[in-house]
Amino acid sequence: MAEKRKIDARGSFCPGPLMELIAGIKAANVGDELEVLSTDRGSAADIPEWIKKVGHELLTTTEENGVWHITVRKTK
Amino acid sequence: MKIVIVGGGMGGTILGNNLARRLHHELRTGKVRITMLSASDRHMYQPGLLYVAVGSMMPDELYRDQAGLLEPGIVFHVDPVENFMLDKRQVKTKSGAVHDYDVLVIATGSRAVMDSIPGLAENAETFYTEESAVRMLKRLRGFQGGRVVITVGVPHKCPMAPLEITFMLHDFFKERGIGDKVQLHYTYPIGRVHSLENVAKWAAPEFDRLGITYETLFNMKEVDGKTKTLTSEEGSSCKFDLLIAIPAHKGMEVVEKNGLGQNGWIPTNRTRLNMEGQENVFVLGDTTNLPISKAGSTAHFEAEALGENIAAMVKVGSPVRDYDGKVFCFIEAGKDRATYAMFNYTTPPDPKAPTRAVHWFKVAYNKLYWASARGLL
Ligand SMILES: Cc1cc2nc3c(=O)[nH]c(=O)nc-3n(C[C@H](O)[C@H](O)[C@H](O)COP(=O)(O)OP(=O)(O)OC[C@H]3O[C@@H](n4cnc5c(N)ncnc54)[C@H](O)[C@@H]3O)c2cc1C
Repeated sequence: MAEKRKIDARGSFCPGPLMELIAGIKAANVGDELEVLSTDRGSAADIPEWIKKVGHELLTTTEENGVWHITVRKTK
Repeated sequence: MKIVIVGGGMGGTILGNNLARRLHHELRTGKVRITMLSASDRHMYQPGLLYVAVGSMMPDELYRDQAGLLEPGIVFHVDPVENFMLDKRQVKTKSGAVHDYDVLVIATGSRAVMDSIPGLAENAETFYTEESAVRMLKRLRGFQGGRVVITVGVPHKCPMAPLEITFMLHDFFKERGIGDKVQLHYTYPIGRVHSLENVAKWAAPEFDRLGITYETLFNMKEVDGKTKTLTSEEGSSCKFDLLIAIPAHKGMEVVEKNGLGQNGWIPTNRTRLNMEGQENVFVLGDTTNLPISKAGSTAHFEAEALGENIAAMVKVGSPVRDYDGKVFCFIEAGKDRATYAMFNYTTPPDPKAPTRAVHWFKVAYNKLYWASARGLL
C-alpha cells in the first residue's frame, strides 16, 4: 500500500534538502508520497526541477512562514 | 583547566598554536594544560594534492613533522581517540589511555567515500589521497585523447576542487598538445554547476568559453567498467574514456560509531561552535554539520574565533565573539590564472575575472601555509 512520508529538512541548506529527498525517494516504493519541508529558498527551486528531470509527479508546492512544503509522488 | 584537542590537521593545529600563545602564562604556571591527540605524526597540506595530480607538486612537498609545527607547551600524542565518553568528560585512545578534559575540541576532518557508488572505486581516478593523486597523474600522462568525465557528489571537502581540476585539466591537455583530442564533460548534483550561486554564475560561462560541456542535477548511481558508462539517479548516463570522481564525503567513522553525528557530521552551533547540547565540547573544520564549505580556510577562521573564545573563558569566564561563517577560497581557473571567493553566513561571494597575480598568490600560499599552521600568519 502507498505510504505518506515526511522529510523534515528545515534548517538544512542547499544542497541538503534535495539530497535528503533523493535518499528518501530511493528508499520509498512506487506510488508513495513524500513531503519535503525546507527553509532554503534555493532548494525550493531545485527540488521541482529535479522532480521534473527524473519524471516523478510534483503534487504541491506551498510556502508558509518561510517554510516550503513540497509533495511528490514516486512514479517509477 | 584541561583542554584536549582531538585531531592534528588544519583546524586542530591552528587552534592549538593560537591557544598556546594566548595562554602562554597559564601553561607555564600549570593553570592550563593543552593535549593534542592525533592519528598521524605527519601533517599533510591537503590542497597540494590537486597539484600532485597534474604533476606540478611532488608528494614529499606536502608533509611536515606534526610535532615540529606545534608551540612548545602543547602535549602531543599520536594516539587516535576511539571512545568519546562525554558524560564522564573523558576520551579513550587506541592505546587504552584515558584523558580527562574540561574543554574538548573535535577536529577529526572528513574523507572521500569512493565505495558508496558501485563500480566507482574500480573505474574512476580521484586525487583526495596521496596514492590516488599519484595514480591519477600517471593516467593523465598516458592518456591519448577521448572523453574525460569529471563527476561530483556532495558534500565534499574543498568546494572549489571540482571546478579547479576541470580548468586545470583543460590546460594540462592543451599543454600536452592533445587539447583538440580531449572532450571534457562535468556533472554536478544540483541544478547549477556549483553550490554557491555566484560561483556557478561565473563558472558556467567559463565552461562554455572553453568548450567544456556539463550536466546538472546529476547524482552518481553506478559505474559500468565494461561499457565505460556512468549512470545517474536521475536516469541519464554518460560515456567516458577517463572518469575523474569527487565522491560524496563523510566525517570519520569514529564520530559516527560514538553516536556524535550521522555520517560523521557533528551537530554544531553556528556561532559558538559548541556541539549542540554540550557546553564544553567544541567542533572545528570539516566534521561540523554547518552549511558552509568544508575548507581549510573555514577550519582556520573557526580556529581563530574559538582560540580567542576558549582563552577568554580561561581568563574572564566568558567567550568574547561569534564565528560569522567566514570562508576564503582561491579558485584556480587553469594552470596560470586564478580568482577567489570570500563569503560568510550573510554575504555571498562575488568572484572576479581570474588573473595571473591571484594564481601566483596561491602558489606562494602553498608554501606560506606552514607559517599559517604555526599560527604566524
Ligand atoms: C585535494 C584537496 C584540495 C583542497 N584544497 C583546498 C583549498 O584550496 N583551500 C582550502 O581552504 N581547503 C582545501 N582543502 C580542504 C582542506 O584540506 C580541509 O578542509 C581541511 O584540512 C580541514 O581541516 P580539519 O582540521 O577539519 O581536518 P584535517 O586537516 O583533515 O585533519 C584531521 C585530523 O584528525 C586526525 N584524526 C582523524 N581521526 C582521528 C582520531 N580518531 N583521533 C584523533 N585524531 C584523528 C587526522 O590524523 C588529522 O590530523 C582541500 C582538500 C583536498 C583533499
